[in-house]
Order: sequence, then structure tokens, then C-alpha cells
Amino acid sequence: MNNKKVRFLAGPYVLWSAGFIIIPLCLIFYYAFTDASGAFSIDNVAGIISYVNMKALILSMAFSLGSTLICLLIAYPLALILSTVSTKNSSLLSLLFILPMWMNSLLRTYAWQNILERKGVINGILTALSLPPLYIINKPPAILLGMVYDFLPFMILPVYNSVSRIDKDLINAASDLGAGYRQIFLRVIWPLSLPGVISGITMVFVPSLTTFVISDILGGGKILLIGNVIEQLFTQDSDWNAGAGLSMVLMVFILISMMITSKYDREDIR
Amino acid sequence: MRKRALLLSIFFLTMSLSGCGGNSSTGINSDNVVYVFNWGEYIDPEILTMFTEETGIEVVYDEFETNEIMYPKIKAGAVNYDLVCPSDYMIKKMIDNDLLQEINYDNVPNYVNIGEDYWAQAESYDPGNRYSVPYVWGTVGILYNKTMVTEKVDSWGILWDPKYKDEILMQDSVRDAFMVAERYLGYSMNTTDEDELQAAKKLLQQQKPLVQAYVIDQVRDKMIGNEAAIGVIYSGEAIFTQRENPDLEYAIPKEGTALWMDSWVIPKGAKHKENAEKFINYLCRPDIAYLNFDYITYSTPNMPARDLIEDEDIRTSPIAFPDLSQYVLEVQTSLGEEADRHLSDLWREVKSY
Repeated sequence: MNNKKVRFLAGPYVLWSAGFIIIPLCLIFYYAFTDASGAFSIDNVAGIISYVNMKALILSMAFSLGSTLICLLIAYPLALILSTVSTKNSSLLSLLFILPMWMNSLLRTYAWQNILERKGVINGILTALSLPPLYIINKPPAILLGMVYDFLPFMILPVYNSVSRIDKDLINAASDLGAGYRQIFLRVIWPLSLPGVISGITMVFVPSLTTFVISDILGGGKILLIGNVIEQLFTQDSDWNAGAGLSMVLMVFILISMMITSKYDREDIR
Repeated sequence: MRKRALLLSIFFLTMSLSGCGGNSSTGINSDNVVYVFNWGEYIDPEILTMFTEETGIEVVYDEFETNEIMYPKIKAGAVNYDLVCPSDYMIKKMIDNDLLQEINYDNVPNYVNIGEDYWAQAESYDPGNRYSVPYVWGTVGILYNKTMVTEKVDSWGILWDPKYKDEILMQDSVRDAFMVAERYLGYSMNTTDEDELQAAKKLLQQQKPLVQAYVIDQVRDKMIGNEAAIGVIYSGEAIFTQRENPDLEYAIPKEGTALWMDSWVIPKGAKHKENAEKFINYLCRPDIAYLNFDYITYSTPNMPARDLIEDEDIRTSPIAFPDLSQYVLEVQTSLGEEADRHLSDLWREVKSY
């Protein structure tokens, strides 16, 4: 194909990324390094050192690591199972996991609030069975649950994709050569599924790290994540400079984590 | 003052997802419109339809959740709203920052229906009543469930009683949360004294382990659903919640509370000022104000409308129309940008505690 002839096809994307990615990024960069009067300042970025912001960032990291790990633990076995069932059934099964995504995630999070509430659905059932009620709403487990529930499909899809593409002949060859289940998994399946795992990790980790809606709705406003701090700076305080400064810091953290994961990715493939 | 965050949040989420930061209905090209920006669930939607039918003016209606969220939108002028309904201290801030224009009362003849006392109250943030027309008013108090709280409720102190751990709902709004702590400590709710602010912050931090959740609009729904025993709430919600759940009772604490008022103002950038004034005038009509009161249950400053209330209990309700001389009341004023920012920082220290 002639490269020059098709190059114009990239036009829409170039326009899109310039308008909605590059320019906004430049704006955030500008706000992050200026003060309210427009003069250069690093106070906004340095604001991360404060006790409140540091605590929020560390909490966010802990929550997103936790939710990523749980998502992986749920998604991986599921993807393996899905890849072994017949194509017809597996598409039905994977549809079941994607189905919740057809509904607005905010609505689903509000639904969890109603389910977990003290007088909510779960506690109604538990009380009817004379079991002790479950009080996790407005506490860390509820936030973790919300994150896992909202972001699980983002882990399942890439992992399932990479697992289902593994050539069955490779597995058969390994087992013909005397490899046990353990060895087949560790030496064949796991390394070949890694690209999917890596993109799954990124797709769960990043939104978990930046979310503010889930912690707001399921945390009862009692747990302040870095996303909440940034959101409040922008909306409540109308302090765009400080908000942009913290966003920059957060972006750096995301970049670092992506660099780490992609490094593992390459090493393991080799 | 604040109802249902849910719809609003969904609205903003879809807006941000679809990447259009404008107003909700961009399809209107006609010039005979009025852009209204009001609190969530703060008007009977029927009235908007009736207004359009009667005057032919289309109403483009958007909602906000807190004064603090509304302010930057007006200041940035991203959308040219013709009519906004902020609270007292925020109106002062908007006047101070030259964001409002004077109302031409020739176009609002129904203003006479608003009681003298309320114009006087509005003078505290809008001297001369030049920029704002009172819409609703009320107090901030404690809503409690009689089946869960048997003692007499007359003090903010109950919000610090370990007996009610996980049964307390606090307002997730900077000024109102600090107001509670400051009044309990005997300070003014408009204090900018560093020692007093630090003391209030410490008190709120001590309270945090007892608090079930920091919410705004959801206080109402959670209290109706028996989710909590005690909640800090606006008086206007009290009548509504009592209708839904007769076990609920409203009390104004003896240490004093905020007497607040939300009024209509016209921002500087308004393109349809006359339509905005027609809308205010319409809302000041006794039958309309009564219809609205019946729906939102927030105290109306409209005297003839109050006389229209059929239910004797509500017309003389100490919640909706309290004898103000009985209570210690204070009006929140604008503290200035710097103090606002400092208060927000302190509030984050409370919430991350």
C-alpha cells in the first residue's frame, strides 16, 4: 500500500488528539506551574508534600493496587475457563461480564450504595435470616468493592483476548514433552498471556488511582483520595492552579507505574 | 437548600463524558429564552411549563449542588445564565466581585408580596436590596429520629455524643460544617480568627469517628430510610421528611444556628435580563409561590402565598415559619477569597483525618 496516500486517513485522529489531548495537557501544564496571577510558581506541584495530599495519594495507591490485584485474581482464572469452552458459549459468557458496562457506572455505584446500606438489600436478607448485619458502607472495603466491580471488565477483556489466542498446539506440545500442569502454566500460558495482563493492569490501575466518584458515593465522604482532593480544588475551591499541580504529580505517578509494567512486559516476553 | 445530588452528578458526568461543557439544551436558537441556574430540586417543574405557556419564554434550566460549585461557573462566564439562586454569603461575594447587575423593580411589580422582614434580612448581604429578590429562607438544624433518640435534642452537643457513633450524618459543605462547630464552641460562624478556626477544626476531627457519612442532599433520603438517627439539615427539608417518615423531628440548637436565605440574582453577563425579571415576577405571584412551597416545602418569604396554605399545621409550623425571636440566629457573610481558601484547607484536614 502506498504510505503517502493513506496518511491523510490519520487526519481525524491527529485533529482529535490535538484538540482533546495535547491542548488540554498543555493547559494543565500551564496552570500547574503558574499562580493565580499567572506568574511562574512551583507551589502547586509542591503542594503534594502536605500531610493531607500525601495521605490521599498513598491511600489512592493502596486502593488501586488492591483493586488491581483482586481484579487480576478474579479475571485470570475466568479467562482461562472462558478460553476452554466452545466459542458459542464463551461469547455468551463474556457477554455476561460486559453486560453491566451497558449501564452508566455512576448508576451502578449508586446501586451498590443502596445494596450495602445499613437498611439495604444485603442487610435486609441477613436480618431476615437472623444473621449479623454487614456494615461495610462508608468504610474502605466498600470502596474496594466498588472499584473491583466497576473496573473488572477492563481486566477480563484483555486477559481473555490474550489467553484465547494462545495456540493450543503449544500446550499440547509441552504436555507431549512431559510438562506437568504447573509447568505448562508457568512456562507457556502465563508468559504468552502477559501482554493482556499488562494492559489489564494498566486499565484497572489508572482509573482506580484517579477515581473520586466511587470514594465519594461508597465512602460517605470520609475517605479522601487524591482524586477527591483534585476534584474539590477544581469545583469547590475554584483553585485550578492547585488542582492542575496535583494532577501533574498524579500523571507522573501513572507514567512511572506504566513504565514499570511495560518493562516487565518486555523482559518476560524475551 | 440542596436536594438530590444524584441527578446532578449524572448530568455532569454525561456532560464531561460527551465532552461538551455547555448548557444542557443547546438546541434552542430562539432568543425568547431565559437561562436559569438553580439548586437541585428547588422548584416545582410544573411552574417552568406554566411560565412558558403563559409568556412564551422558553426556560433553559440547569442545577447546581453547592454555592461553591456554582460560583466558578458564573465567574468564568462559560454559560451566560440570566438568573441564579445563590445563598446570602455567596451573593455578597458576587456583589463584591462585581458579578451581578441591579434588578429593575419596574419589571418585578410582584416584589411587594415579599414580607418586610425578609427584605430587611436580605439587607445584611445586599444593602439596599439592589441585586437580589428573596426566594426561600430557613434555618439549619438537627433532624432526629424519635424512635432512636429518646433524650431531649436542643444542643449541637448531641453530634459529639459517642452513644450515636455511626448514627450521625454531617453536612458535606464547608461553611455549614464549620458553622456547627463554631456555634457549639460559642464563636461566630463568620469568624476568621485562626485560634477559633483551629479549635473548630479539632472539634470536627474529634467528631469524625462518630460520623456515618458526610453528605449533602442525601441527609434527607437517609433519614427517611431510617439509615441514621441524627442529621444536620436545612429546615426546608424537615417538612418534606416528616411527610415521608413521621418519626422524624426537627430541632434548632440553643447555641444558635444559621439563618439563611436564597435569592434570585442576575449575573452581569445575562443576555435576557428582561425575561429574567419576568421570571422573578412570576415566582413572586402568590399562587405560584404557594404552588412552589407545596412542592419544595422550603419556607417562602411571600406573605400572600403563606396565607394560601390550607393546612393550619403547616401555615403555623414552627419549622417552616419559626418565631425568630426565640432563637440565637446569625447570617453567614462572605469571608473573602483568602479566608475561603483557608477554610477549605481546614475542611480537607478534617475529612482526611
